[in-house]
Amino acid sequence: MSERDSIFARVREALTVTAPFPGLPHDATRPPRELPTAADHRRVLPAVGASLAERVALFAKNAAELRADFKVVADGDELATELRRLRDAEGWTRLASHRGSLTDSACATLGLPVLLTDGGYDKHELETCPVGITECDALVAQTGSVVVTSRTAGGRALSVLPPHHVALARRDQLVADLPEALARLRARYGADFPSMISFITGPSRTGDIERILVLGAHGPKKLTIFLA
Amino acid sequence: MNSPATQFKHDAVRLTADRRHRQIINTALDKYAVKRDEKKGLFQDWLGARQLAAETKWEAVNHLDRYLDQFVRGLEARGAKVHWASTGEQARDLILGILKARNARTVVKSKAMTAEEIHLNQALEKAGHTVVESDLGEFIVQLRGEPPYHIVFPAMHLTRSEIQETFQQKLGDAPSDNPEELTMVARRVLRQKYLQADAGITGANFAVADLGLISLTENEGNARLTAALPRTMITLLGIEKVVPRLEDLALFLPMLATVGAGQLISGYNTLYGGPRQPGEPDGPEEFHVVLLDNHRTALLADAEQRDTLHCIRCGACLNVCPIYRNIGGHSYGTTYCGPIGAVITPNLRGLQDWKHLSYSSSLCGACTEACPVGINLHHHLLQNRRNASRQKPSWWQKLAFQAFAPMANCRVLWSLVTKVGRAGQKLHPLVLGTRLDPAYAWTQTRDLPPIAKTSFKEWWRHRL
Repeated sequence: MSERDSIFARVREALTVTAPFPGLPHDATRPPRELPTAADHRRVLPAVGASLAERVALFAKNAAELRADFKVVADGDELATELRRLRDAEGWTRLASHRGSLTDSACATLGLPVLLTDGGYDKHELETCPVGITECDALVAQTGSVVVTSRTAGGRALSVLPPHHVALARRDQLVADLPEALARLRARYGADFPSMISFITGPSRTGDIERILVLGAHGPKKLTIFLA
Repeated sequence: MNSPATQFKHDAVRLTADRRHRQIINTALDKYAVKRDEKKGLFQDWLGARQLAAETKWEAVNHLDRYLDQFVRGLEARGAKVHWASTGEQARDLILGILKARNARTVVKSKAMTAEEIHLNQALEKAGHTVVESDLGEFIVQLRGEPPYHIVFPAMHLTRSEIQETFQQKLGDAPSDNPEELTMVARRVLRQKYLQADAGITGANFAVADLGLISLTENEGNARLTAALPRTMITLLGIEKVVPRLEDLALFLPMLATVGAGQLISGYNTLYGGPRQPGEPDGPEEFHVVLLDNHRTALLADAEQRDTLHCIRCGACLNVCPIYRNIGGHSYGTTYCGPIGAVITPNLRGLQDWKHLSYSSSLCGACTEACPVGINLHHHLLQNRRNASRQKPSWWQKLAFQAFAPMANCRVLWSLVTKVGRAGQKLHPLVLGTRLDPAYAWTQTRDLPPIAKTSFKEWWRHRL
């Protein structure tokens, strides 16, 4: 018998006896409910306003608390201006990014040598880039998270190896809460999920020394999010 | 080598009297408590969330065979290789075998309690591999040659100056005791390790059954890098980590972060479903998932304590436990410390050898109240005590009760004994605090309340 089979045999043997259902007396006979739904989750999770303006405001509040920079820009021109301002302020001489409608125009407007990660790259070279610019799948107002995947944000390392991560999002990508973000992922990828999906919430952080917050433990020290 | 109970008692007594230790722990945990309560307050219904989380984990654990099968099929469809280990030794051998086949010498690890449980680092080092812990707290305790102090905050017991000293000694680089500068030292050292490492080893917080994904929670980005750069990725996880559906994470990710670290959600929550897929720019060529039993099926077979497998290793029960806060994480001498460790260790590693942990509790129930998935922790401590004494009754306890029962059942004898006791107690101060005191084991650390001057019966008879 393989280890797999013997583990399954032990599991099945163990489960011949039923365990008490949480919150009910041991001898209760009421059958357990179905698994909780998104509506059940929404009833207990932190509240999120219904309008777009409320979601933008909540995302901005969360981002500020997380020490991420969040800017809503009116159009592509304003985004280009903001990116050039960042480039000059931080003295970028090169950047890393990936192919995509938002990232292509960002790279064009910055006019710097670009390391594109699509199709493979040298990790040592990526490590020396001062900034990684990516698109994303969603922004989550409830938590201030940016959702990226290995398929749509230039792979696994681009959003975490350079010291500054700039995430570009479109307005229709701002979702209210975690249930909505997960539902979108399922709708988008169905049976063909990318090998990595990450909910990034603020710059890399640690509190391992005396519980004092330090940014940039391993990943980006700065996270900038543009909503275009 | 002392028995676990003797060692535990020795360490517990020493640390309880250590005020400096207590101050460090209380400062850290008080900061945590403020943040935790702030985030809990954001939930519209925390108790409701707890109930939903408990029901979801109940469903997963009580249909573990079905969900495990689903989880594994999803992973394999994306080209991940799944391995099964009944024991810690098998898991170590499997991992060593994978590293050998991949010709991987240097390994970078992100924090995994299952790896601590099977003593993976020692095995890897013995086989000649270089292993580097990448979580800052784990990195610090690894440099010091210590086990983690807490399942979420491994270096919570150290001050910045102790960490500076460690860095100075081991890395030759510690410009000051400023936490930010110390973190940057670790960042510089570890960046090179990620780039050089042949393999990355991670744990997992959840196993999403319906899609075959593992979910990893962290704040530093070290697990992200561990899973991105080396060409082989190995994930070691216990079989109880399953949740039925992707959608369940909407509940578990914020709950874990809230009670685990006082955050609404952790910095990085990442799902991994396979090695680098066609069309993806990076990621490991091979992704191995090692599923570990190591006595989990024994816990599963105990319907009374099966809910201990709901545990999401958030550490909330440790943080509120008056025993943990006094004796600290290392005194337990176990991988899993605090209330959850006191409940599961006797079941995992031998009831008689580890039952002392189930006795080291005031049964205040703070752990049960803190648990986000509603594990009935303090009742399980009582059940362990019951099981231990049923399995191996203590002869002197039996004798004591045999003597006590006839005395307590006979009115005349009972009133005689209380009278003698009352008189005898007057002499107690003469021997109090010395070995001559018959109640020494008790009075060493506690007060002995005086016997009432009159019994209830006497009072009733002489009332006005």
